[in-house]
Formats: sequence, structure tokens, C-alpha cells
Amino acid sequence: MNMTLRALLGATALLALTGVAMAETEITVATVNNGDMVRMQGLMDDFYAKHPDIKVNWVTLEENVLRQNVTTDIATGGGQYDVLTIGTYEVPIWGKQGWLASLDDLPADYDVNDLLPAIRGGLTVDGKLMASPFYGESSMVMYRKDLMEAAGLTMPDAPTWADIEKAAAAMTNRDAEINGICLRGKAGWGENMAFLTAMSNSFGARWFDETWKPQFDQPEWKATLDFYLNLMTQYGPAGASNNGFNENLTLFQQGKCGMWIDATVAASFVTGKDSTVADKVGFALAPDNGLGKRGNWLWAWSLAIPASSTKQDAAKTFINWATNKDYLALVASKEGWANVPPGTRTSLYSNEEYAKVPFAKMTIDSINAADPNAPTVKPVPYVGVQFVAIPEFQGLGTSVGEIFSAALAGQQTSDEALAAAQTVVTDEMTAAGYIK
Amino acid sequence: MARATTPRRKALTTLAAWSVALIIFFPVLWMILTSFKTEASAVASPPEFLGASWTLENYAEVWSRSDYPRFFWNSVVISVGSTLLGLVIAIPAAWSMAFVPGKKTKDLLMWMLSTKMMPAVAVMIPIYLLFQWLGIYDSKIGLVIALMLMNLPIIVWMLYTYFKEIPGEILEAARMDGAGLWNEVVYVLAPMAVPGIASTVLLNVILAWNEAFWTITLTTTKAAPLSAFIASFSAPQGLFYAKLSAASTMAIAPILILGWFSQKQLVRGLTFGAVK
Repeated sequence: MNMTLRALLGATALLALTGVAMAETEITVATVNNGDMVRMQGLMDDFYAKHPDIKVNWVTLEENVLRQNVTTDIATGGGQYDVLTIGTYEVPIWGKQGWLASLDDLPADYDVNDLLPAIRGGLTVDGKLMASPFYGESSMVMYRKDLMEAAGLTMPDAPTWADIEKAAAAMTNRDAEINGICLRGKAGWGENMAFLTAMSNSFGARWFDETWKPQFDQPEWKATLDFYLNLMTQYGPAGASNNGFNENLTLFQQGKCGMWIDATVAASFVTGKDSTVADKVGFALAPDNGLGKRGNWLWAWSLAIPASSTKQDAAKTFINWATNKDYLALVASKEGWANVPPGTRTSLYSNEEYAKVPFAKMTIDSINAADPNAPTVKPVPYVGVQFVAIPEFQGLGTSVGEIFSAALAGQQTSDEALAAAQTVVTDEMTAAGYIK
Repeated sequence: MARATTPRRKALTTLAAWSVALIIFFPVLWMILTSFKTEASAVASPPEFLGASWTLENYAEVWSRSDYPRFFWNSVVISVGSTLLGLVIAIPAAWSMAFVPGKKTKDLLMWMLSTKMMPAVAVMIPIYLLFQWLGIYDSKIGLVIALMLMNLPIIVWMLYTYFKEIPGEILEAARMDGAGLWNEVVYVLAPMAVPGIASTVLLNVILAWNEAFWTITLTTTKAAPLSAFIASFSAPQGLFYAKLSAASTMAIAPILILGWFSQKQLVRGLTFGAVK
């Protein structure tokens, strides 16, 4: 072999090695289509500038489709996704199953102690952080200041359900197509049951007692459902049993709701450019009944790594970038503080600039008012404020949601609905082995 | 004796036909109109039409936020590929069932059709695992095979129906003239069944183009077609109806145009043999 040939072969080998060293790691991120996630995709140049060796492929899907695809992938160990966008409901269940990789070894600049305790608690399984919160939310009262003023009422910062009923009655004006209150009625564990479960906590109700016996036959649930049905029948919009988040948002933005109790993330929409009442909206904590618990929920969309991913280092690099304090500063510098993903970090709420955002204080107060480990007045065997973190809950929640939605539509009484709910849940929990 | 057609009857019939067509097409029309409105105008109540705020912003944003050409190309490959592969299998199958039927042919046809009655979700996990195991998850070839298998009963049934309309004597004559099986199918049967084959192709391209369950379940990034493109614009929290409408319009536009230009062929094929 002559020298020239050796030199050529050597150069080829070196080039090949260089190619390996410079090779991109491609990761696939499964996510939902919401404003904060879309914004992040628009800021990826910053990530690529810092990590040119990682390429991110996005799979954006509707929430339920995403949940189905990701569950299928993760349960079968498919390994198609490297980063998952999952909710507070999935994290404890999937974490316990060993489906998620621990995020305890993220770099020091991630500053895990800066995470809001309530949010961090919901994402920690057996002492390990299983997902990193991208944005957190609770629920609160959004109300029309002008209508309250016209009615001669003032909304307390921390209203009771009696205050809400009184305000709803005063603001309802059927001739002007103004409904005193708009609440979720569409059936689903993440729709009407998210609201009703959170509401029931403030009435002292619970899904199960300490022995997993369903509690829909107890007076607390009767009080919850009666109050809800009465409120919605008298002061709610027509066809409310079909209304979810987006339907109520439409009504509120068009000035057809005096109050709306829903996710804190809605605050930016009702005060945004598409709202006809943007400058007339006030905020208050979700109502209570004087029992020490408010009717607000706690949710976070978080980023997690499936244990089946073969690119966990690159996935952790991405998660550290997307959920780091620096990312919040990046969004603020490009799009303003009002567009920063809320509800994840303590430092954000001590920032003077962020404190000027109108809904900032109420959001953090609402998040702090929810405790997923002690969601209601009496002790419970489960974790979760507006859900019960067991695999069976998706089906149970939707079944009960359909029953309560039918009651709202006038197809059955509250007593019939509660009896049906008790039967359905008892049967399912017995079949699942919770009730011996 | 033919019934007399008076100008009044003709006018009424025409009016009724246009009314029905408009009712059927209205949701699509409304979606297209919504795609040109602002988000606020899209959800206005009562619905806005003449006073709406019109804009092209939604299309610009949808285009900038996603790789539409990639989704489009995947849809073309998957729908055309699955249909052509289906024809290769279905033409000989339909030929044998139509011209040399056995005792169990009717049962076989019914069994094929019965597979369409099973809910897709019932076999989701096995199919998912099979695709993973074969290494064809998130690949166009995988989806071509999946959609071909899904639509094969319809292709066979349609072709069988068309072939049954062709007199067997013509094929017999071809055989007597010395035509082999290949020549009989390619040069005699196929040309006579062109309208039927064309309408089968068109219908199956449309079915494959619009399929959403498997195309979303069995893809992530590489092979995702326009159904996944639409799904990426659906939002549970936030009003993005105008953008969703723009994405949906961009997804259905190619198949709508194809349907429009081939409607004559499609109707001819679908009514082939309806009147004897």
C-alpha cells in the first residue's frame, strides 16, 4: 500500500470520526397546542444556539389524542417519544409504574428549590422529581367589574359560595342576554368533573373515604350538586350541559357572563385583544364555604422523559432549557412579562415586573390555596385536587360526569344522579379490587 | 312511458337539488369562511358574515408554524400508494369471485365486509406492537399497508359489483380467440371496467386521505399526514377556531379539487349498473 493511499484512508477515517462527533441527536417532543407551547416552539433558535448538537422534532396533538398516543407508547415501551407533555394526573400514576425517568440529576442552575411547593409536590413520586413543570394553573373567579358595580355589589378577594350566588342573581339579565354565571357542564373527567370535584372539596365532600368507599351518598355531595344545579338553572346560560372551557370563554369574551369560575390561564384570554370586555374584568379566589378549603384546582402541564427513551441526556438538556428560570427571562425579553408561562417558580412571583401583571397575584394565591395531598376537609386515601390519581379515574370521572351533565340538562334529578353515580363508582371500584 | 317534464317541475327539482347540495356543503363552506376571519369574528354570536373582519393572517400563521408540504406529500404517498396496492390485490380477487365463483364466495365477501364492522380501537395495541416489531412505525410504507388492508374489503366489493355487470360471454369470446388469463384481464376486462375502477380509485383515495385514527396513532414525525397536521391545531384551552379552520381548509383543499374535477367519473362509476 503506497503512502498516498494510506494518507487517503487515514483522512477518510478521521472525517468519519469527525462526522460521529458532530452528529446531531434528534429528540421527539410530544406536546399539546396551547399558547405557551406554541410560543416555546417560536423561541427554539435560542435552544439551537446553545445546543447545536440537538435537533428537536415536535409532535403536536389535541390533548386527548396526545394522552392516548403517549399512553400507548409508554405502556408498550415503544420509545417513540423522548419528552412528553403530561399533566399532574398522569405523573404520580406513571411515576409509580416506573414509566418515567427521574429528573433529580438536572444541573444545579435548574434550581429545583425554586419550584412552587404545591406544584413540585404534585410531580414528586417517592421523593423523586418525575416531571418538570412548564406552566401551572389553578382556578379562580373572573367577573365583570362593571356589572357588579351596576348591581351595587363588591366582589370580595376571597368570596364564599353565598357571595357568588348573590352576585349571580344580581347580574343576571335575560333581556340583555347576560348570564349571572358560566360554569363547565360538558361531561368529562377533565371537563365538568374537574370543576365539580374541586367545588365539592369546598363543601367538604370527597370521592372516597379512607377505605375507598364511594361517598356520593353522603350529604356533602348532595349539597354540592344541589347548589351547582340551582345556580346554573337559575343564572347560567341555556344549553350549559354542552359548555366546556372554550364555550364559556366565548360567552365571557362576548360579554354574556357576569362571572366565570375556571382555569387561571383564562385570565390572559379574557383580558386579551379578542375580548370585548378586556378592561372590565376582575379576579377573585375560588369560593369557599367556611370549611377551610376553597373550590379551586391545581394543574400543571409538565415535561417528562419516558423510561424507554434512549436519548435521555439530550432530553434532560431540553427540559432544563424549557423549564429553567432563564427561559422565563427569555420569554419576558421577547414577548413581555404577561406572556411568561405562569405558576411554576417562586422567583417569578417575587419579580417586581411580573407583579404588575393584573392576574399574577391571584394566580399564585390560588395555586398556594390548593393542596393535592389533602384536597378536602376529611382525610382521603388519594392524591389530587380535581381528580383522584388512580388509573381508573379517567373512566370513572367521565361516567359520573355524564350523569351530572344529564342532571344539568334536566334529564334526571340530583338525587337520581347521585344514586346512579354511587352505583357506577361502587361497581367499578369493586371490580378493580379497591373494595373487598 | 316516460313521464312528461314540465318547466315548473324541472325548476322545482333543480331548486330542491341545489338546496340539498347547499345543506350538505354548508359545514365545509362555513369552515372555509371562518378560516378568513379573525379569531374574535370567528366565534361572534350571532355569527358574522357581511360585517366580519376578513384576514389572511390565519393562513400565514398556519403556514409559518408547520411544515405543510411535508404533511401534504405524506398524504399523497399514503393515499395513492394504499389505493394502488389495494387494486393490485383486489382486481384478481374480484375477477375470480365474479367470473369463477365457488360455493363459499358469498360467505367470503360477507366475511370481508364484516371486518369493517369491528371498531378500530379494538386492535390498536396489537397493530401498534406489530408495527414496532416490524420497524415500520412512523413510516409511509407502514401506513400504505395499514390503509390498504383497511380499505381492501371496499375495493374488492366495488370491483366485484362492477365486474358482475360485464357479460361473461365477452370474456369467453376472448378466451376462444386464444387470450390467456393475463390478456383477458388486462386487455378485455380492465378496459371495460374503467369507469368502475376509476371510481374505486377515487373513492379509496378520498377514504385514505381522510383517515385519521390510524394515521395519527401510527405516526409521530416522519410519516404524519394532513390528519395529524389538523390535529396539531386543535386546542382545548383557547379559541383558535379560525386557525383550526385554516389548517382544515388547507388539508381538504387538494382532495376537494380532485373531487370537483373528477365528479363526472365518480358519479358515473358509482351509478354503474344501477339502472338496467
